[in-house]
Amino acid sequence: MQRLGDFKLPAFFNYPPYFTLQPVRETREKQVQLWKELILDYCRTQKIFVIGLEEEFSLFSNLVIERSLSNEAREAFLSALVSEGRAEWLDKGHRKCLILWHRIQDWADLILSFVKENGLEDSVMTVEEIRSGIESRGTELQGMDRTVLMRALKVLENKGKLAIFKGTSADDEGVKFSI
Amino acid sequence: MDDIFTAASVTSSGRPVLVENEVECNLLSNVDLEPEDGTANSFVALKSGVLILTTHRLLWLSSAKAVGIPLSSITHIFSSKRSIKSVFHSPRFRFQVSAAVITVVVRGKGDWEVFLTKLWECWRARAWEETTTSVVVNRESTSSGSGMGSGSGFYGSDGSVRMVGVAGILRKEQQLWESTDKSLQDAFQDLNALMNKAKEMVLLAEKMRQKLLSTSNSTNQDEMGSKEEMQDWLLSVGIASPVTKESAGALYHQQLSSQVRFLRILYNDNRLADFVRIPLERAGGMISLIDIYCLFNRARGTELISPEDLFKACSLWEKFDVPVMLRKFDSGVMVIQNKAHSDEEVFARLRTLVTKPETLQTGISASDAAMTLGIAPAMAKEHLLTAESKGFLCRDISSDGFRFYVNLFPEISPNDLYL
Repeated sequence: MQRLGDFKLPAFFNYPPYFTLQPVRETREKQVQLWKELILDYCRTQKIFVIGLEEEFSLFSNLVIERSLSNEAREAFLSALVSEGRAEWLDKGHRKCLILWHRIQDWADLILSFVKENGLEDSVMTVEEIRSGIESRGTELQGMDRTVLMRALKVLENKGKLAIFKGTSADDEGVKFSI
Repeated sequence: MDDIFTAASVTSSGRPVLVENEVECNLLSNVDLEPEDGTANSFVALKSGVLILTTHRLLWLSSAKAVGIPLSSITHIFSSKRSIKSVFHSPRFRFQVSAAVITVVVRGKGDWEVFLTKLWECWRARAWEETTTSVVVNRESTSSGSGMGSGSGFYGSDGSVRMVGVAGILRKEQQLWESTDKSLQDAFQDLNALMNKAKEMVLLAEKMRQKLLSTSNSTNQDEMGSKEEMQDWLLSVGIASPVTKESAGALYHQQLSSQVRFLRILYNDNRLADFVRIPLERAGGMISLIDIYCLFNRARGTELISPEDLFKACSLWEKFDVPVMLRKFDSGVMVIQNKAHSDEEVFARLRTLVTKPETLQTGISASDAAMTLGIAPAMAKEHLLTAESKGFLCRDISSDGFRFYVNLFPEISPNDLYL
């Protein structure tokens, strides 16, 4: 079994056509589906939130069979994720892509259950604490992307579950939960 | 009285079947054959068919009927009268067969005067009386066939001194070359001469084929090369009567269409079948239009046709019941293929190729497929692309080139990525 770090790669990762964008519709649909799942899977286990098309991304090359995805193929697979709501382009030129292995709503739900589990229903936390505090250690919230976190918090704020306010230190914001 | 006519056999595509040494000379479209008014032995008038003149016969063909009149049975050809009446009529001329006088009414646009001149020529040439072969081949067969064994003494039958030993062999060789050379020169002087020489050329080709067959066992590279050259050369004399735009007019494409097939029939013919297989079969049931264009023009030698004409002629195949068809690939490449040729068979062979253990790993290139299928790489690529579009194969483009793999995508289960 081939590995990428501690990530187990599927057998078809060594199948050379997997790295060439297939022109025939049915074959291509299947190929795109397999790539979407592999990208989400890989990003989830490796906690990768942003894929830059012009940067080296280890999943997009297979050194063993000396194949790598063309830019066209990379964009095609990421666009497929975007159209499903599992990713978002961060720029108009489609050069950077935010991968959402949990949708924003799912992230918001995760935050809620995190708050409930830790009995923080009426307390105040900084945004940075949610990402890297003692309470979040070992949960999925640990080390999560700040952009994604802020958007999840905004969703909760709109539902009246919390209030975001400027903290005393200029570079951090505070959250007042009121669940 | 129907015994004026003999039944004429035609091929499935409507071309007349010619007897040995018979050569097509001219043709008129939309012709009626009518009995002369008041002739005792009249027959039912034949309406609107194609009238073909060969060295041996006049053939009248329509979709329903095909009859022939041996030129030998024509007793008189009337010279055409010019009268006021003829201005208002369709052009017509008459000839006599035994007691009956047949009027040929030309309703088509063909040049009937040329036809009539040709009819005179063929009638007078009495080609049907020549039963034996031409001078060239006779001489060849006595010189090479019987060799030193025949005859005796130092004088040949024609009174010339017979040479013996090495000098004799050399001289015979020399004679052979001279006569061959002469007939080639005569033949290519002008087109009419070529037409007249067609029979000799075919016989010469026959002779050469015999020689080739006798050396066919050798695998020597040089000889293989010259054999191929000879094959091409034989193609050059393959078509004895070129259909031209002038002689066939509106029927040009239709006639030509049959002639392409005629080319194949010629290959099938016993004389050539042993050693030149149908190019189509050689190419694995499919051959590109460009290849056929080259072979066909090669076979015509003179009176070359344009690519456009060949394309139109091939397009006409749809209208005939012929075993071949024109096919256009998605890429725009056009090919001629046997109707019996099936993609499934090709796919099956490709599938066997791509599922071998070693090719599962490395895939196949167009040239690999070409070698397995025994066809040109360009054609092999078309087959691969067709197989891909059907979902049998998928592609891999890398620094190693363009390769094809068996399509495993449908077999990969998305719920079970880690097999």
